[in-house]
Amino acid sequence: MTDRSTKLLLLASVFVIATCGLVYELIAGTLASYLLGDSVTQFSLVIGIYLSAMGAGSYLSQFVTRGERRLFVRIQLMIGLLGGWSAGILFSLFPRVGSLQLPLFLLIGIIGVLVGLEIPLLLRILKERLEFKDLVARVFAFDYAGALAASLLFPLLLVPHLGLVRSSLLFGMLNVMVGLATQWILNEGGRAGRGLTVAALLILGSQLIGFVEADHLLRWAEKAAFVDTVIFAKSSRYQRLVITRSGSDLRLHLNGNLQFSSRDEYRYHEALVHPGLARRPYAKHVLVLGGGDGLAVREVLRYPDVESVTLVDLDPEMTRLFSTQPMLTNLNHGSLLDPKVRIENFDAFSWLASNSNRFDFVIADFPDPSSFSIGKLYTTAFYNRLLAALEPGAAIVIQCTSPYVARRSFWCIDETLRACGFITEPYHLYVPSFGEWGFILASLDPLPSRMKLPPNLHYLTDADCRDLFHFPPDMDRVPVEVNRLNNQALVRYFEDEWAHYVH
Amino acid sequence: MPIDRRQFFSLAALGSLAACSATHAIPGKIVGADHVVGHLVRDGKVPVAGRVEHARVVIVGGGISGLAAARQLERRGVRDFVLLELESEPGGNAVSGRNLVTGYPWGAHYVPIPNAESSEVVELFRELGIIVGQDEAGRPLYREEFLCQDPSERLFIWGAWQEGLLPLTGISMDEQSQIDKFTTHMTRLRNQVGNDGRWIFSLPVDRSSRDPGCLKWDRITMARWMDDHGYTAPPLRWYVNYCCRDDFGASIDRVSAWAGLHYFASRRGEGGNAPRSSVLTWPEGNGWLVHRMLDSVQSRVRSQHAVWSIHEETNEAVVDAYNAESGESVRFRAERVVVAAPRFVARRIVQGLLEEPIPTYGPWMVANLTLSGFPAGRGVSLAWDNVFYESPSLGYVVATHQHLHPYPRETVLTYYRPLDDSDPPKARTEALERSHAQWCSMILADLERVHPEIRSLISRIDVKIWGHGMVVPTPGYLWGGGREKLSGQVGRIQFAHSDMSGLSLFEEAYTRGVLAANRVADELGFS
Repeated sequence: MTDRSTKLLLLASVFVIATCGLVYELIAGTLASYLLGDSVTQFSLVIGIYLSAMGAGSYLSQFVTRGERRLFVRIQLMIGLLGGWSAGILFSLFPRVGSLQLPLFLLIGIIGVLVGLEIPLLLRILKERLEFKDLVARVFAFDYAGALAASLLFPLLLVPHLGLVRSSLLFGMLNVMVGLATQWILNEGGRAGRGLTVAALLILGSQLIGFVEADHLLRWAEKAAFVDTVIFAKSSRYQRLVITRSGSDLRLHLNGNLQFSSRDEYRYHEALVHPGLARRPYAKHVLVLGGGDGLAVREVLRYPDVESVTLVDLDPEMTRLFSTQPMLTNLNHGSLLDPKVRIENFDAFSWLASNSNRFDFVIADFPDPSSFSIGKLYTTAFYNRLLAALEPGAAIVIQCTSPYVARRSFWCIDETLRACGFITEPYHLYVPSFGEWGFILASLDPLPSRMKLPPNLHYLTDADCRDLFHFPPDMDRVPVEVNRLNNQALVRYFEDEWAHYVH
Repeated sequence: MPIDRRQFFSLAALGSLAACSATHAIPGKIVGADHVVGHLVRDGKVPVAGRVEHARVVIVGGGISGLAAARQLERRGVRDFVLLELESEPGGNAVSGRNLVTGYPWGAHYVPIPNAESSEVVELFRELGIIVGQDEAGRPLYREEFLCQDPSERLFIWGAWQEGLLPLTGISMDEQSQIDKFTTHMTRLRNQVGNDGRWIFSLPVDRSSRDPGCLKWDRITMARWMDDHGYTAPPLRWYVNYCCRDDFGASIDRVSAWAGLHYFASRRGEGGNAPRSSVLTWPEGNGWLVHRMLDSVQSRVRSQHAVWSIHEETNEAVVDAYNAESGESVRFRAERVVVAAPRFVARRIVQGLLEEPIPTYGPWMVANLTLSGFPAGRGVSLAWDNVFYESPSLGYVVATHQHLHPYPRETVLTYYRPLDDSDPPKARTEALERSHAQWCSMILADLERVHPEIRSLISRIDVKIWGHGMVVPTPGYLWGGGREKLSGQVGRIQFAHSDMSGLSLFEEAYTRGVLAANRVADELGFS
């Protein structure tokens, strides 16, 4: 190989290295703002740490006195390995660790140091082949051009078409290939050289597999189905849990159905809990069915007289996530870790069959009755079983889908409760992310009208509470059937009504 | 039965080793009514009785009739009795199984809500907490968890699942009008009384009208009756044929028209929370009823006792039984005996029993398939009873249907197939010779037509062959005079079995058992 082409190839590698380096930085920044929110802070911190680590790398290069070529190749491989897997590592760590910040900064720090070492080493390798002024001019020109390429590629091509995990793997492979090429150009033979070649090929192979199989980390379909960025996705035994983020808005989806938006969930959960519980001010024992996100429990714990909260949620994955993930415990104020709260991971039907405790207030926050198996949780059979778990004077509240979109479904639940002997008080409110939403408060004896709301609520006031119980004509009661196991009237109404509703 | 291409290939493959290797991977076995012990007894190859036991009453057979008799004796205060059962578990056709996923039926799997005149069954259902009260109109209120949950039935027809079993898709105007006419016709018959003031179709059958204008339908086949009334539409014929195969194990060409009409026109029961034609069911089918009936009499049940001889002496009846577990024979001396075994067995073991007309029995195959997931399909979602149009099988019921779990993951499907495509003795012999792998091939050939992916979901297939599955009400059997000749009582020996009714139904078997026990208790002087 001529000296001229060697020089050109080495300079081209500067370009690739620079592109890769900036891509890793952008990926880390983007990922941090997806997963942790607050993009300004995350990007500033990532850039700061990355650049200072590069500085540290450059500084450290002075201690390298020989074997620059081999070290350069090794560094290429290490950056390729770490940078290539960076997005994958961070996505998989997110649900498992308490704080993502530490592994994130550690990863960027290491990549930064390694990238910082690269340019000084390359300058030294090329110094025998170029004059100093040409050397500096060309190396930095290629370096900055690489940065431009990265900044254009990243938002226009990589994120929309490949996603973060695949983009980082792609650039990891480029990095390793540069390492292989330099190894070849600089003619670094011998056993050590062969070892490096084998390592490079192993990394390349693993990343190629990762690139093809990246769908397992984040399903392509989910990215397509959700408008916002998917930051967490997992199939538990029972359901698919997906958390998305858009700016400061965090959303939980179960099997594709929105469960809450962090922006307005307080409206939903205050309305679910307080209109009932504030009229049973001396309630001591509260039962929450469903609601593994701990948000209803958070509202229940505002009442100092409550001595115990039993949360029955089928999915241990759900309650674990909402007891450990800091972003989520932030949202539910760590309610699931409160010593008053006992978590039971059972299905509500069989739990009620074996339960012998009595409760003063029960919250049934089940998913909408969109399937025959979930529809069973809204039947006379279920409410009759619930009756056996009530203290005298107890009340229950049930989330009842939208009385505007699914008017017959809503009143079907009301009719079902009344068929079981309950006195009902239906109410509704507007939750921006859901639309008009309905609840039904039910009790065997009339509830006192006096209510005592806890302080510092974001939505409900004593005066407004009364307005919730008024139904305008377009949502008012319609004649419907009682929902029983042997007719599943509710699921049939629900399917019909939501099928014809276009957002 | 026309053979389609898929069936042709799977049948062709049956003979070859390729088929074995394709399906032998499916674990499971043929579980059995113990015909080995049965045949031992039939051929008289059992030891002579050594030990003698005494009991006031011996009940022979632990199916629904026998259990009903035991329970009724207990209620009447007759506590000194034993019940001898051939199998390791009582239950007869209502026997059930259980695995880690669920209980599941091996045979009878539901009971329609009873008519008011089935007073014995109504009383049982009150005692077992199946009927929990009554509404203002006096209609019984059923325990909701025991009523078959919605959706109850669907049919795979022309490539998709529809709701209900009466074909709705691809029906011409004429066919539809025949279906409507038939439905109206059945409603009329259901509400009709004969010249003696009784319902023309009642349950138990012996409470039906003896109006000759109606009994004459027993002389012709259901197919002939349909011809006579212009019910020629293929979808309607398929449906009626399906119903006859489902309840009687034989097609409309072999079933008496009276029996066929009885299926459609005898159910008038209605609950305050259950419309007419609702059924009661449990994951383990009628095995649930078996277990509840056993609750009070369990200690008096001797299983694995094959009775090989019953005769009368001067002051008592003698029952000789072979205990298959210990290998010895035991002689029971009793004041009364209730023979609650099928008539083809009774005829063989009761000495001096008059030559009786032998009913025809249809052989059946029932398979329980354990699935790691739920099969998909176009159209309406999975129901309790899932039937395929123009299939040799009756489809499958879903054992987990009555479960209340919101996210069921695994299930057991019970697949029913009356072996009615050749005459019963031949079909019986063929069935007993078939291997597990051959049954699996047959089952999959049928199921893969509606669920192409089902093989990947199946973790196990267990198969049971019912050699004498149930009595077939062939023309003349019910009202031709022969059935009346079946002795209800010979000296100290009472008989109780649904064979005596000609319809293998829970109500028939149960009522026969209760009535036999009542006669025994009366004769023994219990109030």
